[in-house]
Amino acid sequence: MQTATEAPQAVLEIIDVSRRFGDFVALDKVSLNIQAGEFFTLLGPSGCGKTTLLRLIAGFDQVDEGEILLDGKPLTALNPEQRPIHTVFQSYALFPHMTVAENIAFPLRMTKIAKPVIDLMVREILEDVRLPDKAKHYPDELSGGQKQRIAIARALVNRPRLLLLDEPLSALDAKLREQMQIELINLQKEIGITFVYVTHDQGEALALSHRIAVMNKGTISQIDEPSVLYSCPDNRFVADFIGQCNLLDATVVSVAEKQLRIAIAGLGELDVCANPEIDFAVGDTCALTLRPEKIRLAAQLDITDDEVLFSGKVHDMLYLGDVTVYIIELANGVLIEAMLANDAPGRTRLFDTGDAVKIAWHTDAGHLVA
Amino acid sequence: MARSNAYPSKFLIAAGGMVYLFLYIPLAVVVLFSFNDSKLNAEWVGFTWKWYDKLFQNGDILHAAANSLIIAVISALLATILGTLAGLAIYRFRQKWLSALVLGPIAMPDILIGVSLLLMFILFNVTLGMTSIILAHVSFCIGFVALAVQSRLSGMDQSLVEAARDLGATPFQAFRLITLPLLKPGIIAGGMMAFTLSIDDFVITFFTAGVGSSTLPLEIYSMVKIAVTPEVNAVSTLLMLVTLVLITALSRISPTVLRN
Repeated sequence: MQTATEAPQAVLEIIDVSRRFGDFVALDKVSLNIQAGEFFTLLGPSGCGKTTLLRLIAGFDQVDEGEILLDGKPLTALNPEQRPIHTVFQSYALFPHMTVAENIAFPLRMTKIAKPVIDLMVREILEDVRLPDKAKHYPDELSGGQKQRIAIARALVNRPRLLLLDEPLSALDAKLREQMQIELINLQKEIGITFVYVTHDQGEALALSHRIAVMNKGTISQIDEPSVLYSCPDNRFVADFIGQCNLLDATVVSVAEKQLRIAIAGLGELDVCANPEIDFAVGDTCALTLRPEKIRLAAQLDITDDEVLFSGKVHDMLYLGDVTVYIIELANGVLIEAMLANDAPGRTRLFDTGDAVKIAWHTDAGHLVA
Repeated sequence: MARSNAYPSKFLIAAGGMVYLFLYIPLAVVVLFSFNDSKLNAEWVGFTWKWYDKLFQNGDILHAAANSLIIAVISALLATILGTLAGLAIYRFRQKWLSALVLGPIAMPDILIGVSLLLMFILFNVTLGMTSIILAHVSFCIGFVALAVQSRLSGMDQSLVEAARDLGATPFQAFRLITLPLLKPGIIAGGMMAFTLSIDDFVITFFTAGVGSSTLPLEIYSMVKIAVTPEVNAVSTLLMLVTLVLITALSRISPTVLRN
């Protein structure tokens, strides 16, 4: 009965892991837990340590400090071939001198499974990735998307505890990438194996993941569900890295229980919702993060009590078809990005550069970070 | 318009043709006169096989040819094994001095290698003969094999070996099942290069050969000292043929043909 109340044990636990290359700190005391059946993404700009962490999990590299546990057992002493973890490489790494069937059979041959069983398993997984007629082909006869699927099939055929994917879609064109994203989500749902996915593409991370760890300079900036990351970033880096975001530097003027009043230099004071994670005191510097699509924009605006209103003029605009992005210059010279859906019937009326406009947003539209 | 384009291309064809004539006329003459029914390499008299007949009755030449083949096969095999290992080591340890040491003899003048090997054999009291020739040939062939293997390795996706390990292969299995098959074209190319280099080497062999261990190039040289007989033409033609077959095979294998 004790066990019922305990949190489910993580498949993978990363505990205070550090890795240095000479003077360069690739990972600095990184800790995270990944639950069974999760689609977990390591997201960050190049050089943030995400690939280093993946290589440590796979066993291609050794930690300097810390411990990696798989199902509670330490992994760090095991060689890559002893870990029940498989990797899908960015280059796919299909063996060019072997057919598709031989490639997929490779991990099975290493475990001394009987030949007829191997053939059966290969045929089954080829059905799963919908390429049953490619068994006798060589990798260089396949398209990018097909190679991708074979690489995933090879890594999944003997049911690893964990599947690591290192930017697997980066070599595909945009259309195919979207299709493969949907396939990946479905595949992961069907087979229920835990995925650890590495990417620098925040759109891909938001679309695919159950949870995302945003990494920066060898540390983890935030771990959360995609929607939480997007709407409630913990810090400026996450706000800026995930999607488009306005960052308005401000000072705290007064603190109430649920609301704060902040002052933006040259612009005036405004009310914002408090961030339950951070205790702000009067005089603290902070930044208001505000997504472009949360901003209302019009020539004249009537506002409600819980909205704030500013005047500005159109500095630049980008017509993107479905939406138009306006860069609005506010009174203090601050540029703020607003996005307007072109959803009115007929041709949407656009503002011109230099037009005077009003912008407004809800006091709870912005999210305050330190 | 068309004329101005045609003129330089005709000129280029002519110039190219001259270069090829310059390169191949001497060879063609040798082949042609090996079938000439006359003792002199002066004028065409008529077709004959008799020089080839005489050649196959000449014990010295046959003995030398057998020596050459034995030396070429053994030194190519040894150089292939050692050169492959050297190529792997150069790639693995990525040390400049290591590759310089292995590849250095390629750039060294043959005469220098010949003389220094002779001095070494005398110093260590090695009797000059087949063994000394084989050792000499292995030493200058290793570099070529290492070069072929190493260039193949550096063109190989390093994640292939990692993928093999990741999927359950031990380091040795990964080497046997992935690295070695992918290196095979490079190894074969290197081995064939070693064979052709060994079979027609003169300078280094000249310094390291002893009594009774004369090779075909040495034998031809000693025959030519008196006169270029049609027999020499015949043996040269055959040597040319063997080299040609090997070079053709080599050029078929060395382009990135991975599958067998």
